[in-house]
Amino acid sequence: MILGVLDFQTLTDAVGLGAIYALMAVGIGLVFGVLRLVNFAYGQLVMAGAYTLAYTSGWPLAASIVACFAVVVALSLAMEISVFRPLRGQSPAVMLVTTFAISFLLQSIALIFDLRNGQLGEVAASLTTLAQPITVFGAQVREVTLVELGVAAGVLLLLALLMLKTTIGLHTRAAASDFRTARLLGVRANRVILFSVVLSGLIAAAVAVMMTVQLPLVTPDFALRDTIVVLVGVVVGGIDRLWTATLGGFTIGFVSGLINGLLPTDKTVYLPSAVFALVILVLLLRPAGLFAWGRRAAVPDRV
Amino acid sequence: MRRALDALVQLGAPSLLVVAVGLLSTTASPANQVYFLNALISVAIVVAIYVFVGNSGVLSFGQISFVAVGAFAAGVMTVPLDSKRGVLPTLFPLLRNHTIGNVPSLLLAAGIGGLFAFLVGLPLMRLNGLAAGIATFAVLEITHNVLTEWTSIGPGATTLSLVPESTGPLQGTIGALVVIAVAFAYQRSRLGRQLRASREDSAAAAGVGVSVHAQRLWAFTLSGALAGFAGALLVHQLGSITTNEVYLELTFLTLAMLVVGGLTSLWGAVVGALAISGLDSFLSQAEQGVHVLGLKLDLPSGTRLVFLSAIMALVLILRPSGLTGGREARLPWRRR
Repeated sequence: MILGVLDFQTLTDAVGLGAIYALMAVGIGLVFGVLRLVNFAYGQLVMAGAYTLAYTSGWPLAASIVACFAVVVALSLAMEISVFRPLRGQSPAVMLVTTFAISFLLQSIALIFDLRNGQLGEVAASLTTLAQPITVFGAQVREVTLVELGVAAGVLLLLALLMLKTTIGLHTRAAASDFRTARLLGVRANRVILFSVVLSGLIAAAVAVMMTVQLPLVTPDFALRDTIVVLVGVVVGGIDRLWTATLGGFTIGFVSGLINGLLPTDKTVYLPSAVFALVILVLLLRPAGLFAWGRRAAVPDRV
Repeated sequence: MRRALDALVQLGAPSLLVVAVGLLSTTASPANQVYFLNALISVAIVVAIYVFVGNSGVLSFGQISFVAVGAFAAGVMTVPLDSKRGVLPTLFPLLRNHTIGNVPSLLLAAGIGGLFAFLVGLPLMRLNGLAAGIATFAVLEITHNVLTEWTSIGPGATTLSLVPESTGPLQGTIGALVVIAVAFAYQRSRLGRQLRASREDSAAAAGVGVSVHAQRLWAFTLSGALAGFAGALLVHQLGSITTNEVYLELTFLTLAMLVVGGLTSLWGAVVGALAISGLDSFLSQAEQGVHVLGLKLDLPSGTRLVFLSAIMALVLILRPSGLTGGREARLPWRRR
């Protein structure tokens, strides 16, 4: 019944949003893997990237994108050194609440920057032409959807290669499954953490570039709501493993995309409730994650 | 004797702080009184959250849903009857044609908050860790969605106004004291101690016969009742409220207050709530310019949130166990 009102454009937009959320899920999952830290401030990395694109929109496109990557990776590293490192080994609640504070800090700084010209929001317009629909195999698709799918597929493939075929990838996977044993076997903690933090920063920058295509108006709460939704998706998918987290991110992005495409009517105003009720149901039935097949529930460390 | 003294200090110190804030609020100008009332209500909300999160060690993002339900229940039921039909025409007839007094509305809010928490907690309290956090967050989203859309039980997306503003210094102080006393009685009771045992080591607690699920459920229900009560205090202070005021921002702020104060103690909850709301009030004054120790302090507008979040982050980085270290209040010469 609901599918009847969906057009092809909504469907492809939903796939595009799923691809973006899958990337954000990877960025959050990478850091969680090595630090056991849920980075609520991840969305503010994307926001910082989007502002960089907006402020450099007069520059040549390539320079603007390079600046965006530089700013986001630098911010990601600064977060690791000044916040994550002192908090290593603290309880998850303390780490999470600290990233709340960092998230609000970055938002309020962005607000001050943004309001210097007297109005809220900056426009990052250099890539908006990608939002135009083009015809592929007789169907209308926004160019950016293809870019999103291409980038997401490329990033995931590259990441899989990095993780499976390189030494640092092996070390990171070892650290993610058991940090203490990995260190005993010679994995350098700071190296794998820096590696994960830089990778997650690069991904945040890529997400910023793609998000500004469809949402060129950048405000301090840019990507805030998306981060929350992605976090839900990551936990529902299974945060203990990168690929289940990614799949969870894609799923929730796809579902949100479909919901956003529907015009609100009397019947659909409660759709968010239905989705979150489904989230609760999945968590009750599969607390370790929807896609975490064949694994026992995590057993706490007993020393 | 020593134990009785310790207990007296553990209950007395947070109560004294609250009474002091209540007394200070009576000396403040009407414009500044709101800051003190905010602080008292923050104490009530944060202690309500502490009853579950602090004692169980399970992070919940859902307690503000009970604040919201309590606030709207108390608010809708106390709008005067003669204006109710005009401002809330779509309510169920039962709600539209009845109005209750101030104290009954506080009790009603506590009852509804507790009942809602019990029903939600029944399935949810089986979850641990991040799954519990996300599931309780889903409860917040559902509550917000339903309160914003369902105009038969409340104002929907519009502002609920004309609520009697009965939370002054007296009601604020007594309300916060009641919440503290209940939280204190609970954490020293047999039930509270069983739950705290499960927080320290859930496998060992289960091994000596503690039903972790049942204990978490009791705490969740009690926390929901206190949160509903705090919501009623809130709506009676504001006089008008929208669903967005009891949603994400309040959730993050109150959790931050609890963690900054010290997650695992009642003293931490009270100190955190008062410290952060005090700091917030001071900074919003400083944005308009204040004199401190003979110096004129004038912050540029918009910097309040920068300082507030930076200080919260700094406290957590330098003192991850919170301002109180997660310990209860004790006399200075009885440090162990």
